[in-house]
Amino acid sequence: MVTNITNLGRSGLSDWLIQRVSAIVLAVYALFMVAYLLFHPNLDYAAWSGLFAQTWMRIFSLLAFISMAAHAWVGLWTISTDYLKHTGARFGFQVVVILAIFVFLVWGVQVLWGA
Amino acid sequence: MSTLQVSVYRYNPETDSAPYMQEFQVDTQGRDIMVLNVLTMIKDQDSSLAFRRSCREGVCGSDGMNMNGSNGLACITPLSDVVKDNKLVLRPLPGLPVMRDLVVDMGLFYKQYERMQPYLQNDTAAPAIERLQSPEERDKLDGLYECILCACCSTSCPSFWWNPDKFVGPAGLLQAYRFLADSRDNATQARLAELEDPFSLFRCRGIMNCVSVCPKGLNPTRAIGKIREMLLSNAT
Repeated sequence: MVTNITNLGRSGLSDWLIQRVSAIVLAVYALFMVAYLLFHPNLDYAAWSGLFAQTWMRIFSLLAFISMAAHAWVGLWTISTDYLKHTGARFGFQVVVILAIFVFLVWGVQVLWGA
Repeated sequence: MSTLQVSVYRYNPETDSAPYMQEFQVDTQGRDIMVLNVLTMIKDQDSSLAFRRSCREGVCGSDGMNMNGSNGLACITPLSDVVKDNKLVLRPLPGLPVMRDLVVDMGLFYKQYERMQPYLQNDTAAPAIERLQSPEERDKLDGLYECILCACCSTSCPSFWWNPDKFVGPAGLLQAYRFLADSRDNATQARLAELEDPFSLFRCRGIMNCVSVCPKGLNPTRAIGKIREMLLSNAT
C-alpha cells in the first residue's frame, strides 16, 4: 500500500477528477475572457469594473480562482514527487506552494469583493 | 557499406569505475539481420560482453534493450528498423540498475508485477470440473494475456523512472486489468483498492511510450484507462 498525506484529495482518483474538472472550468473562464476582450476593443475602466460588479461574474471568477488553486496544488504536488527526491526539499517545496496558493486565493477574494 | 558501426554500453562493476561506450565493427555482408545476430557477432569478437537471450524469436522476453534510443527485443528487431547512417547504439533498458553491460536488475519490475497479484482469485466454491467462461467473456482478455514481461514498456516510461518503487508501471497495470477483466476472478474490490492512491496507477500521464515500444503490439494505456473507469464508476 502506497501512502500519501500532502496531496490535495488524499486519493489518486480524487486528485485526478479534481484536475480534470478544474481544467474544464479554467478553459471555459479563459475562453470567456478572450471572447470578452475581443468583443470590447475599446474597453475602459467603467465597463471592466462594471463586469466584475455583477454577482454572476464574481461567482464565475471565484470558481475559476478555486479551480486554479486546486489545479496548481495537484499539478505541483505531482511535479515535486517526481523530481524532488530529498524529503526536506520536497516537503519544503510543498509547504511553499500550498501557502502561496492560500495567499493568492484570499487575495483574489479581496480583489473581487473589496472596495 | 556492409560494415556496421556498433556502439555498445559496457560496464563491469568489478573492474570499471564508470560505464563507457565501446565501438565495434560488424560485417553484416549487407544482410538485414536481427540486432541479436549482431550482438552474437560482437560476442565472437569480445567474449566478455554480457547480454540476456534465450528463445531468439520474441517469445521469452529476455533480450529487451535500448536500440538507437528505442526499447525493443533485439531478436525480432531487424537492422532496417533501427539503424540510421550505418550506426547502431545499444544500451541496457533505461531506469533499472545495470548489473553488467546490457544486463539490468529486473527486481523492481517484478516486485510491481507481484504486487498486482497476477493470478486468479475466487473465494466461491470451486465447481466440479472448471469455471466456465462465455466466448464474449474470454474475448475481453485478448490484448492483455499476451504480455511476455520483457519490461520494454515500463523502462520507457518516465513515470516509472522517477517512482519505480511506487508507480506500478504499464506492464504491471496491463496485468492488473487482465485479472480485473476476467469473469472468473472476484477479487475486484481488493484489486481496485490497491490502485486508488496517487502513485500506483494515477502517476500514468498517458504519454503512450509503452504503446509505441511494446514488441507484442499491446496497449497498456488503454488498460490503464479502463481501470480508471472502473475506479470512477465505483466511487462516484
